[in-house]
Amino acid sequence: MTVESTAPRKPRRTSGSSGTKRATAKKTAAKTAETSAQPELVQLLTPEGQRVEHPDYSIDLTPDELRGLYRDMVLTRRFDAEATSLQRQGELGLWASLLGQEAAQIGSGRATREDDYVFPTYREHGVAWCRGVDPANLLGMFRGVNHGGWDPNSNNFHLYTIVIGSQTLHATGYAMGVAKDGADSAVIAYFGDGASSQGDVAEAFTFSAVYNAPVVFFCQNNQWAISEPTERQTRVPLYQRAQGFGFPGVRVDGNDVLACLAVTKDALERARRGEGPTLVEAFTYRMGAHTTSDDPTKYRADEEREAWEAKDPILRLRTYLEAEGAADEAFFTDLDAESEALGKRVREAVRSMPDPDLMAIFENVYADGSALVDEERAQFAAYQASFAEEAK
Amino acid sequence: MAAEKTVEKMALAKALNESLRKALETDPKTLIMGEDVGKLGGVFRVTDGLQKDFGEGRVIDTPLAESGIVGTAIGLALRGYRPIVEIQFDGFVFPAYDQIVTQLAKMHARSLGKVKMPIVIRIPYGGGIGAVEHHSESPEALFAHVAGLKCVSPSNPSDAYWMMQQAIQSDDPVIFFEPKRRYWDKGEVDTDAIPLPLHQARTVREGSDITLVAYGPMVKVCVEAAAAAAEEGKSVEVVDIRSMSPIDFDAIQASVEKTGRLVVVHEAPVFYGSGAEIAARITERCFYHLEAPVLRVGGFHAPYPPARLEEEYLPGLDRVLDAVDRALAY
Repeated sequence: MTVESTAPRKPRRTSGSSGTKRATAKKTAAKTAETSAQPELVQLLTPEGQRVEHPDYSIDLTPDELRGLYRDMVLTRRFDAEATSLQRQGELGLWASLLGQEAAQIGSGRATREDDYVFPTYREHGVAWCRGVDPANLLGMFRGVNHGGWDPNSNNFHLYTIVIGSQTLHATGYAMGVAKDGADSAVIAYFGDGASSQGDVAEAFTFSAVYNAPVVFFCQNNQWAISEPTERQTRVPLYQRAQGFGFPGVRVDGNDVLACLAVTKDALERARRGEGPTLVEAFTYRMGAHTTSDDPTKYRADEEREAWEAKDPILRLRTYLEAEGAADEAFFTDLDAESEALGKRVREAVRSMPDPDLMAIFENVYADGSALVDEERAQFAAYQASFAEEAK
Repeated sequence: MAAEKTVEKMALAKALNESLRKALETDPKTLIMGEDVGKLGGVFRVTDGLQKDFGEGRVIDTPLAESGIVGTAIGLALRGYRPIVEIQFDGFVFPAYDQIVTQLAKMHARSLGKVKMPIVIRIPYGGGIGAVEHHSESPEALFAHVAGLKCVSPSNPSDAYWMMQQAIQSDDPVIFFEPKRRYWDKGEVDTDAIPLPLHQARTVREGSDITLVAYGPMVKVCVEAAAAAAEEGKSVEVVDIRSMSPIDFDAIQASVEKTGRLVVVHEAPVFYGSGAEIAARITERCFYHLEAPVLRVGGFHAPYPPARLEEEYLPGLDRVLDAVDRALAY
C-alpha cells in the first residue's frame, strides 16, 4: 500500500475553537482551491528539489541558513550512522536510528527558540543536535552507562522518554507552567504514530486544549511502530485527531526541512501568542529498523523503502542548494571532512566512556535521602569489600 | 505581646485543609490539582474554600484523567512548581500508576540528580465508610515497593497537618495516604509545634508484653485493642509507623527488643503487604529477642468485599486481640 493512499482529500488544517478560527477557516478554503495534488500535505521543497510556494506557510532563508540546515542534517545522519556501527561492534547495547527523519527533526528543532522546552522520545537525535546536546551524551544510555547523560535544563531538552507517549503529558504540564509564569516561551512534544494510540497522548491533547497550553505536538509519522503500520493505529490521518480536541492539526512533508521549519515555527508562534496547542504530523519514513535489535525484512517490503529513498530529505536540499548556487563544491567537501571528524569524535568519546561506579546504583534514588537506601548501600558496600579482604 | 493561640481542636480533614492553606499562603509555587477540588472542595471537602481564596490558577479542577493529572504535575514540577495532586479515591489511582512508577519515581535518579520531583499525591484510602466498589482499597504496598517514592499515612489530625507540611516541603514524590474513615475524627492540632521528622515512628501507647505496629486508620483500632487487653492484664505497646516507605525499623526494633512479640496490623491484604516486609526485617534484626513469630492482621487475598460485609472484613478490635492472644500463647 502506498502512503499516498492513506491520505484522504481533506482540508490541510482543522480549525480549533481559538480566536483564529475564522481566519483559519477562510485560509483553508482558499488553499484547497489553489492546490491540487496533495492538499493536506504542506510542502515547500519537492522531492526533486523544486522550491514551491504554499499559501499558508512561507519561508525566506538566506543561503547561509539553507547551508546550515543542510549541514545539520548531514552531521546528524553521520553520527547516527556512527552509532549504528558502534552497536554492531559491541560498543553500544542498542541504537534507535533516525535515518530518514532528519528533515522532520532538524526543521522542527531549528524552529525552537532557546527558551523553548523540548520533550523528546528516544529517537530525537537531530532535535538534540539542534538544542546543542553533545551527540556523545546521547549514546551513553544506549551504551548502558546511564539513563540519560545530560542536564535537561542546560539545553531545555528533557531526557529521552522510553515509555511511549508519557512525555506528551510532561510537555503539557510544563506548558501550563509557562503560561502561569506569563512567559512567551513555547513547548514542543515529540512522539510517533505508534504513540498516537496511547491514552496519555489523548489526555495530553485534552489537558492542553482545555488549559490552552502553549505546546506543539510534533508527531513524526514514520509509518511504522516497530512492525505495526500506521493503519494499525488509526483510521483517520493523524493530524485530523486535533479537530476533535478543538485545536488545529496540520500535516507536513516530514522529509522537507523547509516545510517542517515553517510549519513548526508557525505552530510555536501560535502557542506564544496564547492561542493554544497545535498538532503537527510530519509525514516521513523510518528508513532503518526500529532499533538495531529489529529486523524489518520480516514485516515490510523493500519496494516501500525504495519509494521513500526517492524522497530523501538531504538529497532534495542538496539539489536545491546546487541549483540555486547557494553552496559551492568546497562547502560539500568541507562538510564531508567535518562529518568524518564528528564520526571519529563520537566513536572515541563512546569507546572511552567509563562504566559508572557500582555504588552509583544507590545515588539519587531520593533527593532528600532515605534510611532504607543508606542501609542497603552500606550492606552492599560491605559485601563488595569482603572480596577485597579475601583477596589479601 | 500576647502569644497567638496555636492549639485548636479540629477534624482530620480540616487539619489537612489548614495545612494545604498554609502551603498555598507561604509558597507561591504550590498548586493543588485534581477532580472536583475547586468549587466543590473535593468529594471529602479537604480542599474546601481554597479555590475561592487562592483562585483557579492555584487550585485547579482537572479533566477526569488521572494519568493526565499526574503527568501534567510532573511537567509543572519540571517547570519549578510544587503540585499537590488529589486522586479522588484509592481505586482510581491506577490510570496514573504508569506515570507514577515509570516517570515520577525514576526522574531524579535517571537525571543523575539534576531534576527534582516535589509532588505530593494525596489518596483517600481504606474502607469503613460503606462505599461502592473501588472506593475502599488500601494499595500502599504497590507504591511502597517502588524506589523513588515515599509513602506516608497520618492517623490523627495533628499528624495530618504536620505530615502534609513536610510532604509538601519534600523534594521527593510523596504518596500521601489519607485514612478516609478518620476524616471526621477530631483531635488537637498545634500549628506552632515542632513536628517529628516525616518518616519517624511514634509510640502512641507504652507496653511491655507485646508490640502492635500500625499506621493510618488502624492505629485507632490498635489503641483500643491495647486498652481492652490492659483490662485483662496484658501490657500492649502501640507503634504508629506513620511512614510505609521508608519504615522506621529502628523504632520497631527498639519496641520488639523490649516486648519480644510483634503483631503488624493493616487494612491492606497481608499477602505481600507492608506487614510482610516488617516481619522479615524485624525477624532479621530481633531474632534472639522474639518469643513468638511475627503475626499479621489484615485483609484477605480477595477483592474488597461489598460494603455490607466490610465490618467483618476489616481488622477490628477482636481480630487484633485474637492475634495478640496467639502471639502471647507462644
